[in-house]
Amino acid sequence: MEFFLQLLISGLVIGSIYALVGLGFVIIYKSSSILNFAQGEFLMLGAYVCVAIVGTHKVPFLAAFAITLCFSALLGVLMERLLLRPMIGEPVISVIMLTLGLSSVLKAVVQGIWGTDTRPYPEIFPTTPVMIGPLPVSQGYLYSVASVLVLLGLFSVFFKYSRAGIAMRATAFSQQVALSMGISVKHIFALAWSIAAVVSAVGGVLLGGIRGGVDGAFALFGLKVIPVVILGGLDSVLGAIVGGLVMGVLENLSGGYLDPLLGGGVKEVAPFIALVAILSIKPYGLFGKVKIERV
Amino acid sequence: MRCGDFRETYAEDMALFETAFARRMMIAFIALMVALPWLASGFWLDIALRVLIAVIAAVGLNILTGFTGQISLGNAAFLAVGAYATAVLAGRWNLPFPLVIPAAGLITALVGMVFGVPSLRLKGLYLAVATLAAHFVIEFGISHWESVTGGVNGISIPSPKAGPLVLANDRQLYFLALPVAASLLLFARNLFRTKVGKAFVAIRDQDISSEVMGVNVFRYKLLSFAVSSFYVGVAGSLLAYQARIISPENFPISLAIDQLGMIIIGGLGSILGSVFGAVFITMLPELLRLVTSALSSTFPELTTLFASVKMGVFGLAIVLFLIFEPDGMAARWHTIKNYWKLYPFSY
Repeated sequence: MEFFLQLLISGLVIGSIYALVGLGFVIIYKSSSILNFAQGEFLMLGAYVCVAIVGTHKVPFLAAFAITLCFSALLGVLMERLLLRPMIGEPVISVIMLTLGLSSVLKAVVQGIWGTDTRPYPEIFPTTPVMIGPLPVSQGYLYSVASVLVLLGLFSVFFKYSRAGIAMRATAFSQQVALSMGISVKHIFALAWSIAAVVSAVGGVLLGGIRGGVDGAFALFGLKVIPVVILGGLDSVLGAIVGGLVMGVLENLSGGYLDPLLGGGVKEVAPFIALVAILSIKPYGLFGKVKIERV
Repeated sequence: MRCGDFRETYAEDMALFETAFARRMMIAFIALMVALPWLASGFWLDIALRVLIAVIAAVGLNILTGFTGQISLGNAAFLAVGAYATAVLAGRWNLPFPLVIPAAGLITALVGMVFGVPSLRLKGLYLAVATLAAHFVIEFGISHWESVTGGVNGISIPSPKAGPLVLANDRQLYFLALPVAASLLLFARNLFRTKVGKAFVAIRDQDISSEVMGVNVFRYKLLSFAVSSFYVGVAGSLLAYQARIISPENFPISLAIDQLGMIIIGGLGSILGSVFGAVFITMLPELLRLVTSALSSTFPELTTLFASVKMGVFGLAIVLFLIFEPDGMAARWHTIKNYWKLYPFSY
């Protein structure tokens, strides 16, 4: 039972970070119909930038975190302006490939600057564990889940009530209608990309804090988040949250119980098997909007 | 002097080569390719062999993605299936290569069809992600089915042989790969002059309209997966013969991305484009290696950074191509060719 609870809790923690990165995916997909395969690299870059600022310039962690977020926001805007805007009207595969190309460029930049060794993370969270019932839980986990919940809550409010959020939803609904209502679709795209980069950077920093270090494997998060957003439905914020938590738990439970039986690696493949099963029943995910096609 | 491109019969309109000049150029090119093993050093021959294998795989992927519009991220896994089929058929059962290569293709075609079934309901991005899942499932299967595949330790493949004939080195293997690649290219080129090929293109352009017009969309999608996977399987088989030892590490997801890069840089929906793209992407790291070794005396840190430089240049090449030449190298080639075809009176 204790084993189960431990798997469940670490699954929920990883799942909440999946949800955060998934949120970035969904925001980009909703406003511009692009699946961003470079999301994992945004996460890795955020984690590296933060640790570099803390490490080399002796800046306190919170200030460094704020600088990282500004950097990510700027990065997102730049990406949109330089790379994505020329791709308007190109086929889906070209845009997918562009983000894949972008991901190898970002990976190369990170490796070129910081090398491939694991860089230790400063201690962000207090190390003494907190007892929840009988189970000791590290404080880093609690902080991560709390900050993810706060962020997700903020974004729900943002989409529901703020002008920019409503404009983003309008753009997602129909770009033409949004344009005719005086919404600048270009600005919305730029905003979407910078939000996506920022939430990924937050995820990266949290993950670095939990794992105690950052390395190139962080970029794999981009691939692992794909089943999450597909499960939830590519255009649903709620779906990203539910999908993230479900996939995090599923991955940890299957890894914990099936790895000894099958000899390792189940953790990596289980989300994808679940994904295929879900897609064959619900082709647009749990909460995704079913597209009605007309000739 | 030619002052226009006039076609007077349907046969001319359907001709494989538009002009007699194009046919002569092709014959000259084939002659050059046949002569290559005597002209090139061992290093370049190895690259030439890898280019041929990449060309076959890229044409296969282009049939599925470029011509039928079904995005696939599972190509590395299909290559692995072809390679492992070869390892089992040639290594365990000692079959001759004229049997092994087509059999590897057929096995991969079957696997491809299985993973093509979701295309019945899934489209676009969702299908791309389903094929990504196929990649991870196949990779998991290969590294865990140890009794057959040797697991993560890999498996070795004997030199291709048929009776007394043994193809022991790269040069002999080249003469196996060249006719295979040439005939597969010719088949692909002809495929799109037939009913089946036209059905593929119709599905890519508008699947609902093509269904309304009587194309059995599901059947042709599956057929496209099968044909494409057959090509990839043959490429995987040759790859296994060349590599001599294969393990799951030979087929990472980045290989699938490389191959998508080939057909996008070359040109989606163009056989010629797949060839251009395969040559470009395969040669790029080799050229980079030459450049870095030439510069290593002045910039010694370049050699340590080589892996990231390679990755960065690959990504940058794709990004720049997509932004400045979204239709790929094949489109640029046609522009140049058309300019010179009627030079100097190209009105």
